[in-house]
Amino acid sequence: MSKPLENIEGLLKSHKLSDEDYQHIKQILEREPNLVELGIFSAMWSEHCSYKSSTKYLRGFPTKAPWVIQGPGENAGVIDIGGGYAAVFKMESHNHPSFIEPFQGAATGVGGILRDVFTMGARPIANMNALRFGSIDGNSDINKYQRHLVRGVVDGIGSYGNCMGVPTIGGEVSFDESYNGNILVNAFALGLVKTDEIFLGIAEGIGNSVMYVGSKTGRDGLGGAVMSSDSFTEESKSLRPTVQVGDPFTEKLLLEACLELFKTKKEIVVGIQDMGAAGLTSSAFEMAGKSAAGMRMNLDKVPAREEGMTPYDFMLSESQERMLVCIKKGREQEVIDIFEKWDLDVAIIGEVTDTGCMELFWHGDLACDMPIAPVSEEAPVLDRPVSRPEYLNEINGITVDDYSSISDQVAFEKLLTSLEIVDKAWVYEQYDSMVQTNTVKHPGSLDASCIRIKETGKALAMSADCNPRYCYIDPYKGAALAVMESGRNVAMSGAVPKAITDCLNFGNPENPEVMWQFAEACGGIKEACAELSTPVVSGNVSLYNETNGKSVFPTPAIVMVGINDDENKVLPSSLQKEGSLVVLLGKTTGQFGGSLYIKKLHGETTGSLADIDYRAELNLWKLIIDANTKGLLESAKDVNLGGIAIALSKMAALSSMGVVASIKSSDSRDIFDESQHRAIIEIGKDNWDDFKVIADELGVPTDIIGKVGGEKVKVSSVELALEDIKNIYFNRFAEVIEQDL
Amino acid sequence: MKKLLVSILQFPGTNCEYDTVYAVEKLGHDTRVVWHKENKLPVNTDLVIIPGGFSYGDYLRSGSIARFSPIMNAIKEYAASGGRVLGICNGFQILTEMGLLPGALKRNNNLHFVSKKQTIKVINNDNAFLNQCKKGDILNIPVAHADGNYYIDDWGYEELVKNGQILLRYCDNNGESKVLNGSVQQIAGICNSEKNIFGLMPHPERAMELILGSEDGIRMLKGFQNR
Repeated sequence: MSKPLENIEGLLKSHKLSDEDYQHIKQILEREPNLVELGIFSAMWSEHCSYKSSTKYLRGFPTKAPWVIQGPGENAGVIDIGGGYAAVFKMESHNHPSFIEPFQGAATGVGGILRDVFTMGARPIANMNALRFGSIDGNSDINKYQRHLVRGVVDGIGSYGNCMGVPTIGGEVSFDESYNGNILVNAFALGLVKTDEIFLGIAEGIGNSVMYVGSKTGRDGLGGAVMSSDSFTEESKSLRPTVQVGDPFTEKLLLEACLELFKTKKEIVVGIQDMGAAGLTSSAFEMAGKSAAGMRMNLDKVPAREEGMTPYDFMLSESQERMLVCIKKGREQEVIDIFEKWDLDVAIIGEVTDTGCMELFWHGDLACDMPIAPVSEEAPVLDRPVSRPEYLNEINGITVDDYSSISDQVAFEKLLTSLEIVDKAWVYEQYDSMVQTNTVKHPGSLDASCIRIKETGKALAMSADCNPRYCYIDPYKGAALAVMESGRNVAMSGAVPKAITDCLNFGNPENPEVMWQFAEACGGIKEACAELSTPVVSGNVSLYNETNGKSVFPTPAIVMVGINDDENKVLPSSLQKEGSLVVLLGKTTGQFGGSLYIKKLHGETTGSLADIDYRAELNLWKLIIDANTKGLLESAKDVNLGGIAIALSKMAALSSMGVVASIKSSDSRDIFDESQHRAIIEIGKDNWDDFKVIADELGVPTDIIGKVGGEKVKVSSVELALEDIKNIYFNRFAEVIEQDL
Repeated sequence: MKKLLVSILQFPGTNCEYDTVYAVEKLGHDTRVVWHKENKLPVNTDLVIIPGGFSYGDYLRSGSIARFSPIMNAIKEYAASGGRVLGICNGFQILTEMGLLPGALKRNNNLHFVSKKQTIKVINNDNAFLNQCKKGDILNIPVAHADGNYYIDDWGYEELVKNGQILLRYCDNNGESKVLNGSVQQIAGICNSEKNIFGLMPHPERAMELILGSEDGIRMLKGFQNR
């Protein structure tokens, strides 16, 4: 096939394969690999594609429920949303590329996740994102670079999603020094499909054609999956060429062409898979692997962007906006007609065989011949050492009383200026949030974002959440709380939480302390998803978020998706009516572990987390959902960062209505505490008795803490004029991010 | 009410065509989505809408490539014979690139895409489009664009004013002039001097239902059925 490889040692190193891997490869092939084969093994066995460090812990995630149509293992998860329709969704990371080249890194992250969704036959109807940056406020080089990253990432996300005509309806942005060397860019997409029109990534039926559609293949993104499977060092800037370049216009054409194919030629499409990480390699191996068939491809038939490309380049390029489709033999012309109508490249590049092998030809010569099953099935599964981090011993015993005392008024004013708290219009106004005319609860509306489904009259609510500080001081509970908070946000809009997708962002798995964090977080997700009856239907793992030996905070980002049976009953989270009662639901128990209070006022992330009471949480959700169905509520918002004082300030700022409230507590700091299982509701006096009956039945503690109205926000001992709060809330972020423009 | 046949153009990269279909059908009219490679408009077309989106990816300049599509010859003829054409967002950009409307749309002055609910003020209503609105009405209509910064020279501006061609200006909630994107005199929408070709950056098709935050778009799009 080709001459034996020289300098094996160097090649293994550049492909991030071990000697052990090499012996394994030789055993699988029963001979020496050539360069193409080595490249394929390298990509398929990379952390990014094989999940070799994480598989052990991902097994056992709850993935089933009567409403789950497709769990993990396909391009995206699918749940039944009633009326013959299903929601297809997934979240994925694009962390490494976004740090190296923020605009393209983030843009192609959006492009990739959208392809995962429309590959399954669904039209994408909502985007969200979860972004973590380092500290952006200050004059250091790091601060300036981080601001540059924020601007680039936001621009990149907007440029791709806007052009695709998919609304970006929400998400979260937060900041912590732990991300100074590695930002996290997690993109989520959700699509709508009829339950009987879902397509899977499979190639089967001997003789059926393998077709290539979309953009031409270039050398961009060569080795991207391998790059994402390593930590950053000082030399990482040289990795820029491994970042792909996005073309949202072509992807829009690809979307429309694919959907036209699915809609008009459903019967000829056997399977379809997008070419994401590890490009043609992973799509071809995954499609053939699922049917245990074989595949033959002629790489010289692949549309090429430039001359002189080799089989190695074609197999490992991560050029964007490409799909591999398996089509019934003899029906290829119908596919060609559709893709040519949309001015896209289309080519028959191979066929399904019965050999169980991937045979790749280059102008008639065999360039690679390897068995398919072992490449994925025998991918290394690692059992990396774990060890409870030393730092936990130092921080877990610390309480808020160990810090110098600060007046509540000063604390209030400081917390209000926190970049995690203030409105992010500067970010979300760069995203088209309204195209497709379904957005009912817009970005910036607090808690979950909601879209209505024109076809069924229902609404979907979704929320992206994770508190990395909680995960740092206790990854198990922190991850469970991320699932819970995303569910709570969804419930606050009146929707029933149904299922999650996750994006598990961690540091270097070769560090036993990081691996321990990962193992703990997976345990927490498993527990929470099981207790809350919200299975995991899709997800992604991003490891090696480490620079010069420093790992990011453990960040298991969660997006919960829920269903509201009535599009007209989406509950807002901002104040609605002067004179309504303001009611606190749940118990305030003085929780400051990992709180914004300690972080913002004392600069540290310390303490420990209280035990989780899943029953209390579920009862809280049920109370809001039931009361909303009966039309009893004006608005509802969960209580988290900065406690009751901050939750009320946000609700007030957004509605331009004041509020006066006070809680009974022996400790005046409790207005900032972050006890779980709590919410604030706004309710008319006339509805209170009816509400109280349901609350008592469910055993949810209620406390009427105040009333809507006036020109100030007063919470127990602290207060500020409404105008001042609005000024901080709506202007602060732009002042920080634009300071060097 | 006169039932209209509304032809809605579709270029590669258009992304508001189905929103526009939904909005127009909500008013009880018939719609046809017309692919850009067609040479002719459906017979009996009462109104052509060039919807929003990113025709040809907005590459080169927003709207600059779409004007070479085969259907655009039919649009020129249709407009020249008095047919009504409404360009929304990217459609407005295409109409200025074709020279069917005066002026040009530049990158927003802060160089960012802007997507938000925006108040706009009705300046002239003596036309087939805004006749259901009153002069001075403040409408709440979403905007979503990167290139909405309307430019026209002083002479051209005087002409627009003189002929009653300025349809809409961006304003605050009280109707006071407010800078959104750097447009000359906060212009949000205009028409030609014959008043059969209309262009605006805001999206009336996104403001047809209270569940989405505003139904002011109904008053705007209804105009065409009354004249």
